[in-house]
Amino acid sequence: MQTLVAYVENKPGVLNRVSSLARRLAINIDSLTVGPTENEEIARMTIVAHTDERGAHRLEASLEKLVDVLLAENISGRALLERDLALIKVAADQQNRPHLMELIKVFRARVVDVAPESLIIEVSGAVDKIDGLLEVLRPFGVLEMARTGRISMTRGNDLLRPPLLDIESAAVESEVSKVK
Amino acid sequence: MKLTGAEILCETLTRLGVRQIFGYPGGAILPVYDALGKSKLHHILVRHEQGATHMADGYARASGGVGVAMATSGPGATNMVTGIATAMLDSSPVVCITGQVSSKVLGSDAFQEIDITGITMPITKHNVVVTHAGDIARTLREAFVIAKSGRPGPVLVDVTKDAQQATAEFEWDACTPKLPPKRIRNNHDQAEFDRAIELLNTAKRPVILAGRGIMLSNAMQAFEKFVRVGNYPVAMTLLGIGCFPAKDPLNLGMMGMHGEAWVNNAIQEADLLIAVGMRFDDRVTGDLRTYAKNARKIHIEIDRAEINKNVKVDAALVGDAREVLESLTPHIETPDHSAWIRHINELKGDSAVRDIQSLPDTGHLYAAHVINDLWKETRGEAIVVTDVGQHQMWEAQYYHHDRPRTLITSGGLGTMGFALPAGIGAKFAKPDSEVWVVVGDGGFQMTMSELATIVQEKINVKIAIINNGYLGMVRQWQEFFYDKRYVATPLVAPDFVALANAFGIRAERITKRTEVTPGIRAAREAAETVLLDFRVEQEDSVFPMVPAGASLHDMIRRPHTPLVETASDA
Repeated sequence: MQTLVAYVENKPGVLNRVSSLARRLAINIDSLTVGPTENEEIARMTIVAHTDERGAHRLEASLEKLVDVLLAENISGRALLERDLALIKVAADQQNRPHLMELIKVFRARVVDVAPESLIIEVSGAVDKIDGLLEVLRPFGVLEMARTGRISMTRGNDLLRPPLLDIESAAVESEVSKVK
Repeated sequence: MKLTGAEILCETLTRLGVRQIFGYPGGAILPVYDALGKSKLHHILVRHEQGATHMADGYARASGGVGVAMATSGPGATNMVTGIATAMLDSSPVVCITGQVSSKVLGSDAFQEIDITGITMPITKHNVVVTHAGDIARTLREAFVIAKSGRPGPVLVDVTKDAQQATAEFEWDACTPKLPPKRIRNNHDQAEFDRAIELLNTAKRPVILAGRGIMLSNAMQAFEKFVRVGNYPVAMTLLGIGCFPAKDPLNLGMMGMHGEAWVNNAIQEADLLIAVGMRFDDRVTGDLRTYAKNARKIHIEIDRAEINKNVKVDAALVGDAREVLESLTPHIETPDHSAWIRHINELKGDSAVRDIQSLPDTGHLYAAHVINDLWKETRGEAIVVTDVGQHQMWEAQYYHHDRPRTLITSGGLGTMGFALPAGIGAKFAKPDSEVWVVVGDGGFQMTMSELATIVQEKINVKIAIINNGYLGMVRQWQEFFYDKRYVATPLVAPDFVALANAFGIRAERITKRTEVTPGIRAAREAAETVLLDFRVEQEDSVFPMVPAGASLHDMIRRPHTPLVETASDA
């Protein structure tokens, strides 16, 4: 599993180009999340892909060839903070509710909706943690689940900022019009 | 200045230096055609939009500039798909402009509406829909920059009809290209560079693999200097042919599936491969597990995504071929590779004896003879545009190109039907050059309607049909790998001479070896298009041949005698 981060133009069609590229390279995407950054013209993607290092290099380099992708980088193997968020609706009656609450506490999850026969649990954290909670909830009866997919960030001084420099398009254009 | 979107489109193209547009009108692009009529742009009416894209591609390849193709929405746009993919696979800078239904009805399945940007997403370098007149100029200027910069490729600009009809303020300086800010990668990795220098200076048996990237970066001089200083033998990819003179003793010729035996064997025995502007295509490497096992590899390539894609390399120099070569050359210590070069000459061994050019005349007409005679008659100076198949490989083997951009052919996609329209495009790019379209009887029938374009435009190209009555390359595979079961490869063709005459084109049928040179001479002397129908040996094959998936050194070699039976007409 490889994790890539991409900064892209925040406009329609870009997600399609990115996912279409992965499909074309026969790389299976495990999760892809996208959301705006502090700069509203730029969105940030976290792509988790079923591939090896070589495949990740190819995906990274091919992504960066897309005009709308400002930067793509394989951050696998670096010190990462990873977060996934899940909402889990689980069957709960009077009898097992206390037991459930105990488990939820252990996993530092919280109950965000209570109904007579079910609870919705919100949990965030590393993928393993959510998978672990899911495992222990399963015997109670998981009725519904939604997950955001992973977002990742490199820790500390390892900064991954979107580029702000304009390429000198005008200079390239004057080159282009020179027919050799 | 207030102009309509259509007028802005024509004015922008004119200012970008465009002279010709290859296209076909229709409802959704009519406003642009109306404006075209009032502009200085010359529109070439094609007979099928695929032809327009191949012409723009041929124009781009022959000129080194950007080719422009135009079509209407719906079927006009979808007919362009094959030509766009052809340009994509061979990194050819083509800008395609398509009309689109009005923005108000987009997505409603309106008459001749199709999502052409969706369709062409994986086969363009970039594509975009324009729905406002005020965005047309900037978008087109950006399209040209994208098509031409870095690794070139096709860009499609889809312009809605209302954007063509609306008016907007047009001011050139206010619509400079504004592409998204890209990370500027510092490609110069000193460690990789030092490793490359060390490999270059310690290699005993180096071979250069020269690709089309050398021409795309205009690196011919830098490349020649690099070759001379290092005294490196040069093997060419199909699309690299012309980047280094064929007559140069260091030029080994084409490598790969139909490369000469000594070229492939030299690669297999090399201790260093220096790949420049090529991408280790499977037609070049054969089985990757046995490919150049003894060689370390240096890859000079502008596209980072090509590094380690097929072949793992020891030093990757990402960047423009010219810049990288210029930075490497001063560090090369002039090495002595004379023993290695002598060995390669020994590898040539019996190849020359087996060569059909050396065999006694059997009275039969072989395609290899036709191509070789064409080379001799044109002194290797023509622009030759080939299609795909046997004739394409014979051309690569027997027409010796000394100058860049004189062989134009569909390599990566292998598009039959490419040659005739691409030849027309090349002629528009180089009106003073002699252009020969060399094409099989199969491929010619795919796009032969463009003969009418030739007549309408009164241009002078020479057409050589290598006519063997088969889809020859497929037949060859059936002969070698399917026990001669010739399913769907025997091919009935019209009388090409009568056909050409019906279009108003001079034509001649040539069936004997003695008629070849006089036929070519007469065609060359004519100041108009001439079509020559060469009736060549029907069941001839291209040798050597590395079967698909086999090791590069496992070649089916040329037989010692040429084939003399002609297939029955039954």
